[in-house]
Amino acid sequence: MVTVTPAPASADRKPDEPAAAPARPGRRQRIRAGRALYLLLLPGVLYFLVFHYGALFGNVLAFQDYVPFLGLRDSAWVGFTHFERMFGDPLFWSAVGNTVLIALLQLIFFFPAPLALALLLHSIVGDTIRRFVQSVVYLPHFLSWVIVVALFQHMLGGAGVVNGWLADLGVGGIQVIGDPDLYKPLVVAQVIWKECGWATIIFLAALANVDEQMYEAAAIDGASWWRRLWHVTLPAIRPVIILLLVLRLGEFLSIGFEQFFLQRQSVGAEAGEVLDTFVYYTGFAAGDFGYAAAVGLFKGVIGVALIYAANRVAHRFGEQGIYKS
Amino acid sequence: MSRYAYPAWQGRPSLVVRTAKIIALAVIVALVIFPLWAVVSTSLADPQQVIDNGGWVIWPSQWDAGAYREILDGGIVTRALLVSAGITAVGTTLSLTCTIGLAYALSRPRLYGGKPLLLLVLFTFLFPPGMVPLFLVVNGVGLFDQYAALVLPFLINVFNLVVMRGFFQSIPEELLEAARLDGAGEFAMLRRIVLPLSKAVIAVVGLFYAVAYWNRFFEAIIYFNDQTKWPIGTVLRQYVTGGAALAEGGEGTVSSPQSIQMAVVVLATLPIVCVYPFLQRYFVKGVLTGALKS
Repeated sequence: MVTVTPAPASADRKPDEPAAAPARPGRRQRIRAGRALYLLLLPGVLYFLVFHYGALFGNVLAFQDYVPFLGLRDSAWVGFTHFERMFGDPLFWSAVGNTVLIALLQLIFFFPAPLALALLLHSIVGDTIRRFVQSVVYLPHFLSWVIVVALFQHMLGGAGVVNGWLADLGVGGIQVIGDPDLYKPLVVAQVIWKECGWATIIFLAALANVDEQMYEAAAIDGASWWRRLWHVTLPAIRPVIILLLVLRLGEFLSIGFEQFFLQRQSVGAEAGEVLDTFVYYTGFAAGDFGYAAAVGLFKGVIGVALIYAANRVAHRFGEQGIYKS
Repeated sequence: MSRYAYPAWQGRPSLVVRTAKIIALAVIVALVIFPLWAVVSTSLADPQQVIDNGGWVIWPSQWDAGAYREILDGGIVTRALLVSAGITAVGTTLSLTCTIGLAYALSRPRLYGGKPLLLLVLFTFLFPPGMVPLFLVVNGVGLFDQYAALVLPFLINVFNLVVMRGFFQSIPEELLEAARLDGAGEFAMLRRIVLPLSKAVIAVVGLFYAVAYWNRFFEAIIYFNDQTKWPIGTVLRQYVTGGAALAEGGEGTVSSPQSIQMAVVVLATLPIVCVYPFLQRYFVKGVLTGALKS
């Protein structure tokens, strides 16, 4: 491919520099020197090429009338038909609506929760107690959604602990699991239970970096606990709060799949369908692969656009934003 | 009450504030621990007590491991546990090997083509492959009904890779330079210098991978026709949706199935709870190095 290969630069420089150490080795030398490294990175790069870029290329089936027997190569091209159908599909818009609503609820109720918990934990001076509470609240992050859903059913289900207590008290039971109206609060509560503790880690690190002298100065000026929180703590960790908020906005449509996949059936599609489960049910359950891929691609493109926009917003706030760019 | 070192400017908070904080923390801790406890005690309770109580037990009048004996008797749960253990062990080993290799190579500043490769990898983080195209690829490379379908598509996690690369970059270049002068090749340097220095980050990333493999359940549903190959998460899901169906019925027909169901939950949770205390001290550090980089 490369036809013009200039003479090695070292040939010209030889008089000036020691021959053993050229200032900048040529391309071939650098590739030769890195042989072992290329061997090391080969499996990883192959993985990304096959399972990420291969799948990325596989998105062309969003423009095809995909027939498994024919495969990608021989299936008929249908252009933007799937996308047109998508925009006219009330089930799709219902899934979008549920996704956006759950994401909004998460933003309002889930986002501030770790901040509050981090402030509480940070205000505990006793090291042992704080460590203990931290190890307890981090734990649910490592449990799978299957386990979390099972726990919630055991606690709140029709034959669950809470309903059992209510019955003992002579109060009628509440049906939380399986009620379409309570589904959205339920899934937000589950996210808070599972991830709130884990999400405190970054806030706690930010709080630990707040300058002690600022508190001292504020205290000498007679600032109360609330004033110190408002005028010292929150401004000091503002960059972290904004960064996390922006990241959250960038992932607005990615509210997760497994949690909703596990529970959609108990409330029905109207209340429980989100974009990811919509892709699953149209693609795998109904066999409409091309259409499902179109919806998936649409979500991916919107996702990239959101991340890009969120990053721009972060820059406007004077923050570093997401890695690179 | 022991006396903690409050900063001089702060003063000891009032009794009301302290009590409120203690209550708040106790409630939070209870909210996490109590459901886990309720599951364990239901799984270990006398079946008759579970039935009498309507499907749950907080404190067993009589401990009984019958539910465990039943499901560990070589049935589908036993097999699922073995499948999960195998996938977790093999997957974590493969993932760590490939992640270390890629992270180390990409952390070397002199690697020709390193930058574009890094961008190639990071881009996948922005644009995840869709569920349907990934399914076609996994089938296309012949992984249908293969255990490898639960491992290979998830071999490297970009976040873990970035964490590891960041750590490798923080190793002083002089150390490697000295080894290079002694005639060590890249493999020798990796084995004798980089890896021993990176135990903490390897432990953290290994834990993340292991937990992810252990918790994987959905892929088995779409990739496996053969239900005997299901890992524990997929089997547990079967029990969970079964429980959901019973709850919807509203009738109190739930009996010792509850003990069985809860025993499966316990078995699926146990490995995580067991490794957790050992790795806990590492992961805050590990997450933060990664979070700061990304």
